[in-house]
Amino acid sequence: MNAWIQAIINVFVNPIFYKSTLNQSTPLILAALGGVYSETTGVVNIALEGIMLIGAFGGVVGSYFTGNPWYGLALGVLLGVSMAALHAWASIRYAGDQIISGAALILLAQGITGFSLVELFGKPGSTDLVRSIPLVNLGSFGNVPFFGKIFNSLSPLVYIAFASVAFSWFLIYKTRLGLRMRSVGNNPEAADTLGVNVYNVRYFGVLMSGVFAALGGAFLSIGELGQFTENMSNGRGFIALAAMIIGNWSPTGAMWAAILFGAASAFNDQLQSQGILHLAINTQYLFGMIPYIITLIVVGGLVGKSRAPSADGIPYIKD
Amino acid sequence: MGKTDKKDYSEYAVVMEKIVKRFPGVLANDHVDLFVKKGEIHAIVGENGAGKTTLMNQLYGLLNSDSGKIYINGEEVKIKNPNDAIKAKIGMVHQHFMLVDRLSVVENIVLGMEPVYGPFFARDKARKQISELSQKFGLFVEPDAIIEDLPVGIQQRVEIIKVLYRGAEILILDEPTAVLTPQETDELFKILGALKAQGKTIIFITHKLHEVMAITDSVTVMQLGKVTGVVKTSDTNPRALARMMVGREVLLRVEKGEAKIGKKILRVENLHVNENRGLEAVKGLDFSVNQGEIVGIAGVAGNGQTELIEAITGLRKVEEGQVIFKGIDATNFSPKRRRDMGMGHIPEDRLKHGLVAAFPLYYNFILGKHDDPRFCDGEFLKISDIKKFSNALVKRFDVRPPLINLLGANLSGGNQQKVIVAREFSFNPDFMAISQPTRGLDIGAIEFIHKSIISMRDQGVGVLLVSMELEEIFSLSDRILVMYEGQIMGEVTPQETTTEEVGLMMAGHKLEDLRAQEA
Repeated sequence: MNAWIQAIINVFVNPIFYKSTLNQSTPLILAALGGVYSETTGVVNIALEGIMLIGAFGGVVGSYFTGNPWYGLALGVLLGVSMAALHAWASIRYAGDQIISGAALILLAQGITGFSLVELFGKPGSTDLVRSIPLVNLGSFGNVPFFGKIFNSLSPLVYIAFASVAFSWFLIYKTRLGLRMRSVGNNPEAADTLGVNVYNVRYFGVLMSGVFAALGGAFLSIGELGQFTENMSNGRGFIALAAMIIGNWSPTGAMWAAILFGAASAFNDQLQSQGILHLAINTQYLFGMIPYIITLIVVGGLVGKSRAPSADGIPYIKD
Repeated sequence: MGKTDKKDYSEYAVVMEKIVKRFPGVLANDHVDLFVKKGEIHAIVGENGAGKTTLMNQLYGLLNSDSGKIYINGEEVKIKNPNDAIKAKIGMVHQHFMLVDRLSVVENIVLGMEPVYGPFFARDKARKQISELSQKFGLFVEPDAIIEDLPVGIQQRVEIIKVLYRGAEILILDEPTAVLTPQETDELFKILGALKAQGKTIIFITHKLHEVMAITDSVTVMQLGKVTGVVKTSDTNPRALARMMVGREVLLRVEKGEAKIGKKILRVENLHVNENRGLEAVKGLDFSVNQGEIVGIAGVAGNGQTELIEAITGLRKVEEGQVIFKGIDATNFSPKRRRDMGMGHIPEDRLKHGLVAAFPLYYNFILGKHDDPRFCDGEFLKISDIKKFSNALVKRFDVRPPLINLLGANLSGGNQQKVIVAREFSFNPDFMAISQPTRGLDIGAIEFIHKSIISMRDQGVGVLLVSMELEEIFSLSDRILVMYEGQIMGEVTPQETTTEEVGLMMAGHKLEDLRAQEA
């Protein structure tokens, strides 16, 4: 028992845990923001998972062919937005079922990335290593004890993620466009009678979800390592949706929830690597459950406190 | 058309000329003409489905006419969408409020025309503009309150300010009083008076004739998509209006004979029932209902009537006391068992508890009797027998349209209510709990439902009637119990009491105190 307590203390005093938390949270924050944009305007977007995947793939492909990871990032976002546009087209223009459209896009993303992976790189499983986005070097700040170790050499996408949260909060709560997004997500008919173009606002929300989910996906592939592996989003799109729900569909709430999931995941990694616990191989699966157990507990505790936009998931049909 | 056709409509704020609007299978507006003078309050009356709202939706650009012309202040205008209407200074307060529940009063009012600083929403500017409007028209609202926290009367006020904020000179109000309490209605009428005094033109859709008489200057009557009368309010009366609306003489008061009172059918003893939050809503009631009489329960909504009816019909747990039905203690019987014993129920919320909106009518007609051998053979429904049974009911109760394959949701409120009445009636109950049977219905349907209730009584059914409409209580009941905060303030008969006396009891005065004061 003492070994366990010692191991847990070791995790929390180690700056690597905090750095890992930031890294693990970043893709979740970005994708959850994507969810917030889409659902604030009333369109459920479970395709986040697929958009992340295609964003990750686009990032590697762009970097591979141009040698510039920033072009990779641009390509990833472009592909993500295209995929979101498909979702918008099906669910806004044709008032299709948003869950079905989203599920179809996840499968589509898996198919496209799996197929193109073999076509472009000649082997299944994973791509070659490509150039990744350079990490931010903080210079002498890196020598500051503890905090230097946390913040030095982070991906610029980590900063972009947090800046995006602030940006999105302002956009949604402080601007005219944000007011219209919220009105369209809660009562599209009322917004329509006041001359707000429900469809345009919803397109905006869904396309923005493509931007952010793809950024989150690109972080996975070219944020650190510079490689794409098959199905590398690995359920993060769904965790991001959970973060969005727990965060009550607000950018800041979603951010905190994403950080919680990121921390749980980092904690799990750090704990497993503790030699003093003498863990058997198969226990790693038990540890892998930690983030999900936390999800269950948090969701259970928040039931009823979190409310989706009233018209979330309901297509708007003008009669 | 040449210039020779040009007419002088300059004294009118709104002229709608030969408006035609077709929906699949229905001619909703059949060459409708509407003339509204500047600065008047003009009523459009008609039964549900007469095409009043359809006409106004075209004026507001929510629907586009198949043919016809619209003139505003004498000029012909094309109104394709609400933006065009707003430009023509037309505003509409819809029957179902068009408010975004989660947003604040300010946000709702300015939505679509937000004042801004660059890309940012200028909340302080909006707040200032709204408080100026509030001052000018005497419409006071808390600008930062969230809509869902406000009572309906205030929400409606927000809707009116919203319209005024857009600079409307012509206001359309679609059945504005349907959701209001009498006090809120009085408030609304004061506001409308103030708006008229400021030179606004108001079009007021309703089917309540006393409201027409109370505040309007002129009236257009519609029936089945056509205009059947245009009159000045001062030249008409409710009876004449009703005739134009329905196309025949309507009895505004039901005729009924002497009650033939039979034996006791339902007894409630020291009944205590809680409401949803666990607070006591019914506080020790004692009363009984006999066969062949209608016992009316008067009271302002929310004084325990809902809980009482639910306890009697088995939908809500009884905390203390007893419900004795046909001499048997039925306090803990399931609703199904009570129904099988001969208890019928016409619930207050037709869509929630009365029928299944997604079922065709023929299923709705056998709800609760699906296991009756007439309709079911072991595990299988006898669809053709059910349909035969339903067709007979549709005819007998004049459900329109008489198509049993239609879904419950496709019927108008009045016809939905007819389906429920028909079903409950067809099972030959001995006792019937009826709650708000005519809420939201037009006069034709009300007359029909009232006649049905009287005929149940005359066939020896004991009826317990809960209604917020005092007029309904007075015209149907043989005895009246007045409920206030879960208790009975007194029992009277319509012959020996007055609406004033019942009104005072509804406000919490006990009958014996009132009578003692008089003496």
